Amino acid sequence: MKEHATHFINTGLMNEYVSLNHGSGGSLTNKLIRNVFVKRFGLAEPLTDSAVLKEAGIMLAFTTDSYVVDPIFFPGGDIGKLAVCGTVNDLAVSGAMPRYISSSFIIEEGFSFHDLILIADSMSLEAKKAGVKIVTGDTKVVEKGKCDKIFITTSGIGILSPGLEHISTGKNVKPGDKLIINGPVGNHAIAVLGARKKLTFNSPVTSDCASLNHLISKVLDECDEIHFMRDLTRGGLAIVLNELTHLILSGIVINESSVPVEEPVKGLCEILGFDPLYLANEGKVLFVAGDDEYKKVLSVLHSHPLGKYSEVIGEVVENDRNLVILNTAIGGRRILDMPSGMQLPRIC
Amino acid sequence: MKHIDEYRDKGLIMKLMDLIKRSADRNYTFMEVCGGHTTAIHRFGIAALLPENIKLISGPGCPVCVTENSFIDKAIAYSKMNGVIITTFGDLIRVPGSGSSLEKEKAQGGDIRIVFSGLEALDIAKGNSDKKVIFLGIGFETTAPGTAVTIKEADMAGVRNFYLLSAHKVMPPAMEVIIKEGVALNGFICPGHVAAITGSSAFSFISGKYYIGCVITGFEPVDMLQAIFMLVNQVNSSSPETEIQYTRAVTKEGNIIAQRHMKDIFMLRDDHWRGFGTIASSGLRLRKEYEQFDVEKVIPVNVKNHEENVLCICSDILRGLKTPLDCSLFTRTCVPENPVGACMVSNEGACNTFYKYRLNE
Amino acid sequence: MCLSIPAKVVDIKGNMADVSVGGTVFRAGLQMLENVEVGDYVLLHAGFAIQKISEEEALETLKILREMKDAMNK
Repeated sequence: MKEHATHFINTGLMNEYVSLNHGSGGSLTNKLIRNVFVKRFGLAEPLTDSAVLKEAGIMLAFTTDSYVVDPIFFPGGDIGKLAVCGTVNDLAVSGAMPRYISSSFIIEEGFSFHDLILIADSMSLEAKKAGVKIVTGDTKVVEKGKCDKIFITTSGIGILSPGLEHISTGKNVKPGDKLIINGPVGNHAIAVLGARKKLTFNSPVTSDCASLNHLISKVLDECDEIHFMRDLTRGGLAIVLNELTHLILSGIVINESSVPVEEPVKGLCEILGFDPLYLANEGKVLFVAGDDEYKKVLSVLHSHPLGKYSEVIGEVVENDRNLVILNTAIGGRRILDMPSGMQLPRIC
Repeated sequence: MKHIDEYRDKGLIMKLMDLIKRSADRNYTFMEVCGGHTTAIHRFGIAALLPENIKLISGPGCPVCVTENSFIDKAIAYSKMNGVIITTFGDLIRVPGSGSSLEKEKAQGGDIRIVFSGLEALDIAKGNSDKKVIFLGIGFETTAPGTAVTIKEADMAGVRNFYLLSAHKVMPPAMEVIIKEGVALNGFICPGHVAAITGSSAFSFISGKYYIGCVITGFEPVDMLQAIFMLVNQVNSSSPETEIQYTRAVTKEGNIIAQRHMKDIFMLRDDHWRGFGTIASSGLRLRKEYEQFDVEKVIPVNVKNHEENVLCICSDILRGLKTPLDCSLFTRTCVPENPVGACMVSNEGACNTFYKYRLNE
Repeated sequence: MCLSIPAKVVDIKGNMADVSVGGTVFRAGLQMLENVEVGDYVLLHAGFAIQKISEEEALETLKILREMKDAMNK
């Protein structure tokens, strides 16, 4: 008991409560993970999207994610499609070939079978598209009010070819490398918010929710100088860039006018005071490519439907260590910081 | 987007910067009053573009920042009552009161909902007739007319469970306090959206009575740079005026209809501003005829007056006497995840802006 | 809180309008304005249209700025 209490005191969390901000994916989420889970579970830094495991001569990537998006159906997808894509993408950005997925459901009493079947069909369709198999799972039902309609947790296993383990750690990233993104940002967050706030506004934006493994494997097949990949989920581009500068100990410079953002997303961000660089995505990946090869990477991306609108958005620099500098659209300069709290809760 | 993109044109911006640099032949200190301007200046990286002899300091135009602890404490006290729904703009949710915040109370089960408009709060009241719905009205003259219209709509619809807790304030009295305090200023960048409602005439006392120049400014980079150029010229020619840069939205008289809504519903009262103490005739409260919507009249609540953290210098920052960099708590104890003062919580607060967009280190 | 944004009026029903900002459509109360027409640009703030944007004045502002720019180039 005493040991238990000491752990609490050490982390300074004794009188604290978990708030929605702890689920935003930003610095508070990091604090929660590091103060509560990392040491106790013996997790090794750096924490990456998938764990890379070596077993009997084979390298596996293993990942898990929970989905609590509200509402469960939104333009461009639903909680089931999100669950499959999210796990497939976490494996794919580690350089692995996604193979098998597990899926656990926590369902609220009273949830309609009609909706449950729609979600299951959606997951089955997406799994086929991605070329993965859903092989195991679990189902629990809780009393009305004890969960909001349905929560899904998926885990996934993929096979990592030798020579690609560095990709999730960013070990090979160096100054001069270019940052590329495969399309416009912020769509998922805006689509979900739009589906929630039907009475306040009507948005034409659809979620970019998609499995990216085929796109990524095309790039990895045809290009040799991919130094880092990470998918952009909650917390958006800004979080991934900040995480990257801490992995690589260099700086990053981004050109604001190069980051693609669709007009309706821009408009909503202006009125609600959001920054599209901090909004959640479910079909976007950041590539860091060697200076010698980035043009080839861009051209491979452009040849694929999920990479049609890819852009070079910035580069890794020697100076400004651990900082993400933004060259603003009007010629100014500022820092793109790590978000602390949530802009929008239950976005994925 | 129309009426936005044209005012972010890089070519125009570079030329305005050039004009400013050529004309700025001495030291200038301008105060941008509105939190929206503080944010825009830093978000677009304008602060870094201006020459060293032009200094911008931020003023008290951040409604969240100047709202004192007791308002949050009252809102929290109401949220703990049975059958109460608190509706608020998102800006207020993380502001610390003397002990807790609305966000923390929400985490503990308080029914606290973020709305984008007073009308949305009224809809919640209509849809929950068994609950008391309290709308937290904060904001200056840009926002107060909307609250006034909401009260009128509630009255016309006979809604009996909708209430207002008002922290609405008006801008000019606070600006007058700053001038009288003798804060060293060569001019004001005046709030364009407040002026869209009040008209530029509400600010004419600045040049007329105190001979300090002011320019009523829009919120895009071109607007702000044009305004700075206009202020530099006013100083250089020793001719302080109240000029309008934001002519596409601001006239001398302003929006008479909106002003009438405000006069119908609100009356002025002396109000307490964080950092300023009491300022005469600077706050808005409901007129007697609308007292049934005034939550403090219908359900009085008592909150203790608590001292602010002694090391927090928000009050000096709001009056333009210090910057966040002068604060011993800034980035150490006081950070966006753990704000000590309101200037760090609000997206428009000077400390939050400096923290997010800082360019040093 | 000063966040107001130019929005185009796309539909009017009584004293409420649908206004578009870059394609996203919001509801806005028109109680503070008169003679608003579809196609007008208004400032949208906290669910209300608080002022009309004068096309004439906007063009005049941009004209002055561009002439300043051109004068610099001569």
